[in-house]
Amino acid sequence: MTAQVITISSGKGGVGKTTAVANIAVALAMDGAKVVCIDGDIGLRNLDVVMGLENRIVYDLVDVIEGRCKLRQAMIRDKHLTELYLIPAAQTRDKSAVSPSDMTRLCNELRPDVDFVFIDSPAGIERGFRNAIAPADRVLVITNPEISAVRDADRVIGILEAEEKRNPALILNRLNPSLVKQHDMLSAEDVLDLLGIQLIGIVPEDENVIVGSNRGVPVAQDSKSRAGQAFRNIARRIRGEEVPFIDLEKQAGLWDRIQKMTGRKG
Amino acid sequence: MNWFKQKRSAQSAKERLQLVLIHDRTDLTPAEFDALKDELLEVISRHVDIDPSGVTIDVEHDGRSQRLIADIPLRSVTRRRAG
Repeated sequence: MTAQVITISSGKGGVGKTTAVANIAVALAMDGAKVVCIDGDIGLRNLDVVMGLENRIVYDLVDVIEGRCKLRQAMIRDKHLTELYLIPAAQTRDKSAVSPSDMTRLCNELRPDVDFVFIDSPAGIERGFRNAIAPADRVLVITNPEISAVRDADRVIGILEAEEKRNPALILNRLNPSLVKQHDMLSAEDVLDLLGIQLIGIVPEDENVIVGSNRGVPVAQDSKSRAGQAFRNIARRIRGEEVPFIDLEKQAGLWDRIQKMTGRKG
Repeated sequence: MNWFKQKRSAQSAKERLQLVLIHDRTDLTPAEFDALKDELLEVISRHVDIDPSGVTIDVEHDGRSQRLIADIPLRSVTRRRAG
């Protein structure tokens, strides 16, 4: 095995990086891949709670880098998926405890044994972000169809170009198809036209995402959730499958019609 | 307020972002961009007669590459020198 190292970045905070890492990793592991997630947000760790593994942490990323434990000891196995692991961030240190070359060394040690390494980048474009992109074979930029998130995504894409991290792909998260339909939200086409990179997934706004993170069970494991379906589709595209994009606007139209028929709207 | 005549907000967001991204990507503020235009025209008019009313200078983008497009009409004059 030679792992592909994939970093998820956004620039702006709160657009769904951690949720995307957890869900795409879960979807790949459900398909039988061996996956390690690394929380790169030192001092503000969160991937552990989103994955429901916060009570199992003994060692963290900084312990591995500073040689207090073996890499294996810091890899926490998921409760449900036996081929999914988390390396949590340190909570009481800051990002200067890790360097880009530390991250590259750590990923190189993981590469022979796993299929995918996912790195959850911190918000911003400072040291923590540089650490997260250093070992990446591929960077997925995540944004929301919202003016400040798109602007920050463009900054991140500009830095990736300057660092010669080729071909970043875009995840458009929390798209609300009804708002797009009434022209009060940027559409996927608008965002792609502005950012000028390839698309790897559109995730609709879905309450189940919050329910999933409340429980520590990422929504990709919920077969009925639309966001879960979107994350599973992204996982399949990462594996090289051609998966058609769901036409969310058509679905919104149908939903509006159902609401009208049942007298809830219009 | 006439609701129907107002532009929908997605269109405003897109237009505003288009401008902001041009300035972010080129690291030029709108004021600096205006100064660039003025200086460009000044230099060109030192050499040829231009028609200032017909000038358009803009940044256009195609994917992630951007280019400065200048359309500067020249006034016809008889050639002053040969060779």
